[in-house]
Amino acid sequence: MSRHWLGDGARGVWGDGSPRGNTPLLRTAKLAKTYRTDGVAVEAVRGVDIELGIGEFVAVMGPSGSGKSTLLHVLAGLEPSTTGEIWLRGQRVDGLSTAGWAILRRRHIGFVFQFFNLLSNMTVADNVELPALLAGASARQARKRREDLLAELGLADKATAAPARLSGGEQQRVALARALANEPSLLLADEPTGNLDSSNTRDVLRLLRRAHDSGQAILMVTHDARVASLADRVINLFDGMVADDARIVPIPRGVNGVRDVLELRG
Amino acid sequence: MRQPLLALLAKEPAHGYELKLALEQTFGQAYPSPNIGQVYVTLKRLEQDGLVRSQDVEQTTRPNKRVYELTPAGREALSTWVDEPSDGPRIRDEFFVKLILAPMAGLADRMALMNKQRRHYLGLMRRLTELQADTDPADTTARLLIEGAVLHLQADLDWLERCQEELV
Repeated sequence: MSRHWLGDGARGVWGDGSPRGNTPLLRTAKLAKTYRTDGVAVEAVRGVDIELGIGEFVAVMGPSGSGKSTLLHVLAGLEPSTTGEIWLRGQRVDGLSTAGWAILRRRHIGFVFQFFNLLSNMTVADNVELPALLAGASARQARKRREDLLAELGLADKATAAPARLSGGEQQRVALARALANEPSLLLADEPTGNLDSSNTRDVLRLLRRAHDSGQAILMVTHDARVASLADRVINLFDGMVADDARIVPIPRGVNGVRDVLELRG
Repeated sequence: MRQPLLALLAKEPAHGYELKLALEQTFGQAYPSPNIGQVYVTLKRLEQDGLVRSQDVEQTTRPNKRVYELTPAGREALSTWVDEPSDGPRIRDEFFVKLILAPMAGLADRMALMNKQRRHYLGLMRRLTELQADTDPADTTARLLIEGAVLHLQADLDWLERCQEELV
């Protein structure tokens, strides 16, 4: 069985979007993750080769159960890979220890979860300051960075609140602030708008866009096509494999397709 | 095109070009502008059907313009149209027909077809999000028109994903 759904011609027309000539920020080779429960093996990720350039914004789509979340967790070192390679900033990292991954995350990887995962017994401010403190920043630097981020996310007045007192949209913005606290070169986001209404979705997207504009690479799992359409590239995962990997080409105005979707009857 | 023109004429008499402009202004820049020729042809047909009547109005510096107004029969046709429930947009099934039939005929493989279609939908979605960003937030009609298109497109993508789950 083919390990890759892409036919030979598939990349040619659209381009694979990979940075040419430079070392990619993130690269995987034949990455696989198999879960074993009660002697039954479930192959969640089966031989994934992807690349993410510095500052690139890539969306990962695909049916549920296609391995999207698993892939993201493995790339963040939150779960160990089974076989294959992960390279970050030119270094092979898949063999790192738990502690090694923790240090790598503090310095280079921000992670946003679908369900926020804020520490409930700490204030909003402490949640955002913690990663900087863990990474060795002084209390003063951490506070400064936290103040800047919360102000930018419109949450300055929530600093002393407990996360549970915040709306879902606010909690996700705090989670984003926490993920960005150490200015990671890679932001991994797992359905960051999955539980948000459209106005909160817009806010989170605006922030992701700003992070992208400031040079952070983003790899984001999403079902929301509006969110995915903002990416430079969309990877479609199916059955634990890359089914498609293509740059988004906006359809020009006036082309029939756009007319068709906006035409009114009557 | 018939009913929107009748509806605009129910407000006040107008000539063809004014009607085209009124449609554009009402629905905003995302709305595909009606072709002026199509507006005139439709007005002519409405007149033949007795739903509008027209008269030439002299202009000093330009050729005469033809001003249209609604007839009582036109007003009745319009209220019948307004009262009727409207059919929702139908499933755009051309792609589905391709998806089912082309592989049977050995013309294409399903995964390749779906990938191509998804790229097209995402390209459209990008264009719509750009339009959304360019639209004045105060222009509610234009915003809702784009949002409707976005939601339909999202449904098309969800359906594509279902096809992927079941057919590959």
